[in-house]
Amino acid sequence: MRLEPIPNPSAARRLGLPALALVATLGVAMALALIAGANPLAVLGQIAKGALGSKLAILETLNRATPLIFTGLAVAVAFRAKLWNIGAEAQLYAGAIVAVLLGTGALGSPLVLPVSALAAMLAGAALLLGPVLLKTRLGVDEVVTTLLLNFIMLLFVSYLLEGPLKDPMGMGWPKSPALIPEARLPRIVDGLRLHWGFALAIIAAVVVWVIQTRTTLGFEIRAVGQNPEAARFAGMPVNTVLVKTALLSGGLAALAGWSEVAGLKGHLSSDLSPGFGYTGIIVAMLALLHPLGVILTAIFVAGIFVGSDAMSRAAGVPTYIADMLLATALLFMVLAILLTRVRVVRG
Amino acid sequence: MSEIVDILISASFWAAVIRIASPLILATMGELICERAGVLNLGIEGIMVIGAFTGWMAVYQGMPLWGGVAVAMAAGMLFGLLHSTLTVPFGLSQHVVGLGVTLLATASASFAYRLMLPEVTSPPKIQPFQPLSIPGLSDLPWIGTALSQTALTWAAFAVAGLVAFTLYRTPLGLAVRAVGENPAAVEAQGLSATGLRMGAVIVGSGLMAVGGAFLTLSAFSSFFFEMVNGRGWICIALVVFGAWKPGKAVLGAILFAAFDALQIRLQQTSLGAVLPYQLFLALPFILSILALILMSRRAEVPAALMVPYNKGER
Repeated sequence: MRLEPIPNPSAARRLGLPALALVATLGVAMALALIAGANPLAVLGQIAKGALGSKLAILETLNRATPLIFTGLAVAVAFRAKLWNIGAEAQLYAGAIVAVLLGTGALGSPLVLPVSALAAMLAGAALLLGPVLLKTRLGVDEVVTTLLLNFIMLLFVSYLLEGPLKDPMGMGWPKSPALIPEARLPRIVDGLRLHWGFALAIIAAVVVWVIQTRTTLGFEIRAVGQNPEAARFAGMPVNTVLVKTALLSGGLAALAGWSEVAGLKGHLSSDLSPGFGYTGIIVAMLALLHPLGVILTAIFVAGIFVGSDAMSRAAGVPTYIADMLLATALLFMVLAILLTRVRVVRG
Repeated sequence: MSEIVDILISASFWAAVIRIASPLILATMGELICERAGVLNLGIEGIMVIGAFTGWMAVYQGMPLWGGVAVAMAAGMLFGLLHSTLTVPFGLSQHVVGLGVTLLATASASFAYRLMLPEVTSPPKIQPFQPLSIPGLSDLPWIGTALSQTALTWAAFAVAGLVAFTLYRTPLGLAVRAVGENPAAVEAQGLSATGLRMGAVIVGSGLMAVGGAFLTLSAFSSFFFEMVNGRGWICIALVVFGAWKPGKAVLGAILFAAFDALQIRLQQTSLGAVLPYQLFLALPFILSILALILMSRRAEVPAALMVPYNKGER
């Protein structure tokens, strides 16, 4: 078999195939439910109900979506330039550490929130700067270095929580002291458990969209991603563009950790992120790397996680069904997107 | 300083080095085959998890140990088939597909584990591979202890030899290396570039899974969710460190295992009392990054690595 480009793919093809990918994922969900000995339709219903069935469920889904919007944006920005930042998990923790360092009394109101947000972004950006400089200067593959940094960062967090950042009142639990009230992100609406981190995530998505569509940097990022050789030939500073992309990407990922600490948890613990950095890759890919699409796919992915937790308690299907579905959706989606542009021919 | 020397001359230290190197050698050989054929396989971390899980579960369900190894290999090859179908004929991004395969394989292992053992709080143990007693060798004072290893360890070194022999001394190996350098030239010889690449990824993924199974069947005798713990990513670094050559990659794995075994022992010394234990645990990952930097200038990367081949394009 070989692939033949389709000159002008029809709208039906461009929209139908991604939709088919989602339907196929639902099929996999039902098959997994059957394997687990549960009623497939009931399982799907319980996932939907658990994610969206009540005001509380919706708020929980939006809260869970908040860090995923940030990490999804971080990945979308980087992958657009074919900069493979798989280190969003580590950059997230860099932001979380800064939130604790500056939020436990070092700074007071009204400086603490804006300063710690900026410092968190700088920390995340700095963390990705190393791998990207190794890539541009020495040709070291950034996939492996960013992946390895995730493990180093988790150990560093563990060290901080047992040493310098240990909560003296923690009763032996490895967690940091609580943030002072002035360093906490307030709720958007009084009485509703949804913090300003969610609103900031939406704003970040719009800002990234504006950067990508309305600025020279956005144009350069796309050009470098599509064909670095051509971009270099056209006189673009490819390495500088990659460094700028990395700073933006690392900063966005750091905001995920910063907002989880300042908005939701109020302290740092080593289980702050159940893999938000890695899930950001799925969020970004499902959104076709579009920053505004990331908002929708992050809510979708968060809904699958929150819904699966609720479903698992009720129907007894392991909650890991969510991870399987999302990985399946990712693979189906990249294949569907390819098939919107090419057709398979014999020979 | 004398503490370190004491460690380095002890036979039990070198026994640990060879033991720790074994799963790395298996998985590194798997990744090396994939990359020599031109495909970066980031599924390695998840494929090691699925190998560790399926091998252990098969033995727990009553299969013999070698049966567990075979089951792990088959599971790895299945994910290799998935990876190579998407990356070779369809030419999809090897980064995205590889990470997708890692996520899917890891989630499959967790899902199946919870499904098959819903109630258990600590995973059941199996009877793992035992160290082989080799007449003549095992009785030697120092060497006998250092080489007191399981059959799976000996198999890992045999596999490395086999991979080196196949790659450099057989027509098949020549074709695999060629397809990683210039797939169009391989097609011109009347061979299928697609078939060679898919075959390499499937076989390589099988070896990665056996590397994972080493952890459950020969090292820990039980399965934990986080047990692979980045070893797959370290193996990718080892392939680069070994300059895509099996012999050098094995040496890299041994060197790396030596540092790992050393850090575990250093934690018990006066050094461990001063430095946080997390620094010792981070050492393997820091070393991997240093290895990548060290080799960056010298590496002879397969020319067509990560370049999809589509017959339609010239």
